[in-house]
Amino acid sequence: MSASAAHGPAATAARERPPAAFAGPVAWLRRNLFNSWWSSAVTILLGYLLVRFAAGIIDWAFINAIWTLPPTANPLDTAMPCRRLEGAGACWAMVGDKYRFMLFGRFPYDMQWRPAVCVLLFIGLYGVSANRRFWRKELLWIWAATLAVIAVLMWGGVLGMAYVPQDQWGGLPITLILATFGLAFAFPLALVVALGRRSAEMPVVRMLCIGYVELIRGVPLISLLFMASVMFPLFMPEGLNPDKLLRAQIAIILFAAAYLAEVVRAGLQALPKGQYEAADALGLSYWQKTRTIVLPQALRMVIPPLVNTFIGFFKDTSLVLIIGIFDLLTAGKVAMADPVWSGFSTEIYVVLALIYFVFCYAMSSYSRGLEKQFGQSKNR
Amino acid sequence: MTRLSLLPAAGLLLLAAAGTAHADGSGSATLDAVRARGQLVCGVEGSTPGFSIPDSQGVYRGLDVDLCKAVAAVTLGDSSKVKYVPLTSTNRFTALQAAEIDVLIRETTWTMGREASLGALFAGINFYDGTGFIVKVALGVKSAKELDGASVCVQPGTSTELAIADYFRQAKLKFTPILIDNYPELQAAFISGRCDVLSNDSSALATFRATQAKPADFMLLPEIISKEPLGPMVRKGDDKWFDIIRWTYFAQLIAEEHGLTSATIDAAMTSQEPEVRRFLGLEGDLGKALGVDAKWAYNAIKQVGNAAEIWDRNMTPLGVPRGINALWNKGGLMYAPPMR
Repeated sequence: MSASAAHGPAATAARERPPAAFAGPVAWLRRNLFNSWWSSAVTILLGYLLVRFAAGIIDWAFINAIWTLPPTANPLDTAMPCRRLEGAGACWAMVGDKYRFMLFGRFPYDMQWRPAVCVLLFIGLYGVSANRRFWRKELLWIWAATLAVIAVLMWGGVLGMAYVPQDQWGGLPITLILATFGLAFAFPLALVVALGRRSAEMPVVRMLCIGYVELIRGVPLISLLFMASVMFPLFMPEGLNPDKLLRAQIAIILFAAAYLAEVVRAGLQALPKGQYEAADALGLSYWQKTRTIVLPQALRMVIPPLVNTFIGFFKDTSLVLIIGIFDLLTAGKVAMADPVWSGFSTEIYVVLALIYFVFCYAMSSYSRGLEKQFGQSKNR
Repeated sequence: MTRLSLLPAAGLLLLAAAGTAHADGSGSATLDAVRARGQLVCGVEGSTPGFSIPDSQGVYRGLDVDLCKAVAAVTLGDSSKVKYVPLTSTNRFTALQAAEIDVLIRETTWTMGREASLGALFAGINFYDGTGFIVKVALGVKSAKELDGASVCVQPGTSTELAIADYFRQAKLKFTPILIDNYPELQAAFISGRCDVLSNDSSALATFRATQAKPADFMLLPEIISKEPLGPMVRKGDDKWFDIIRWTYFAQLIAEEHGLTSATIDAAMTSQEPEVRRFLGLEGDLGKALGVDAKWAYNAIKQVGNAAEIWDRNMTPLGVPRGINALWNKGGLMYAPPMR
């Protein structure tokens, strides 16, 4: 704008540079932050608090922080330099000592490259699945192959890798396994339940679907996990118990499916009736109609609530803490309980929050991009 | 006289029992399951320093963990063949009842109610604990009787919470409980002065004090207001398994009594002391009577150590004094029946 304003005397009044009172950063500040004495006061107060707060955080996290500590003869003395700070600085040395435990739990220490590769594979899998160019049948094969590789890496027992039973898995891979399998299996189930709940011709199926959704939605996830972990074994014959991790996984799938089904149903209901009728008029069968006309449009409409539910479930997996499964949060909490580092739980929580944030923020910014792409046809 | 004449008969009966037991397993369903699996499944707490907690490399360590290992050494001959199942205070008893675990060694307090109603038996006491108080020296309090009107930091839903409620009511003192579930946060609340007193099992309080920058700023009050005998638990109805757990623990005590450590036990193979010879399986057939290998006790001590070694490894670094957990002949309460 300013560049064009410099174009000679022929420029009209409209092309002249506007006075500083109406444009530019100063005007923006005046309009948005200082447009009355009241707003100026609030701006100054909040600005002061922000600077104070930020300065405090920077002091704590960087300037006064202790990054490494040498080992001491009595391990309990290791953290003493941190304790002498009395909270003035962060003790990142603790994270340096504990990060492998937080990320991989009780997985045998010298074999932890295996879960590390699994985490990368999971992230790669998400990346590939997020790319619309790969939305083809082959994607299913990619998933199957990657999950098989992950299973081999986690369990081992072949190719010269030692066998590692599930009870020694832990940390981030567990969180990713619970979330990925949970949503991957819950989503198809949710589609079926949502369609079933909408079906007018099959009242029994509809009642079953309503019953399932309402029953699951009527109880909190915690009680479902408790059922899976505490009550379920009592009903089973002795010694015939599926693994604890598997039981929790199934509980999460059932729970997520009920919520996702309601989100999908919202999309189905929002679809204009004309779309269904047009499909019927074309003579499409029920499944053709659903696959090619109904679901693509319905799912597109519910991307924001779907992602919202996904993000919620990613974080809800941390509830397995209460049944003693070593997910990321549990591993972090156990790391905090180590007396050598007692009193530095904030550092661990900050690291855990960052990890959760990276995953959740990636999901939400991806969904924003997806909405934009899909919305182009409407905005045209 | 009567007793003497009964002995051979009892021996015959035992032999007969052993014979039939041998025909269809060991006579203990749990022991058979452990042997078939090649692994002991041990229920632990999983996040209490000193009892059971993974170190930075993810390896479980602690008093309870070492008892699990000793049981594996006794039953399978290899202390590393243990699967640890971390359990919460809610699902620990169901895990035992549903046979998800073979033995529960999860710092569980032996109470009459639990033994009478849960279908489980306590096989011994591997730690005598009790509810105590810790205060800042600056508070100027020397005894729990001076705590009238104090605010007390305590974890909700624990036996500690019940114990202090009982104690203050009985002493006709007022107090304000500050309830925080997460123990690290509870400790932080106490340090920052949100409460005057921190209450927990005295072993945990000793650990807390030892990990402070200035331990001298904190003082444990002399009153221990409740009895918390902690020990391993097994299912009722499998007496042979109960015997194995109980005697594995007694073997740790007896080894300490005779000065047998993991380092010295090989040298003791030439010992002439009768009880040591029976202990090592050189004489008698106590192992066979128990349904395990003759060198069961040797394996447990050689691979895991005796009670003193286990204590020094797990509790001493935390600053927990041995106190009443010492042997009976050293001023403590730990007493094992004779091995004969």
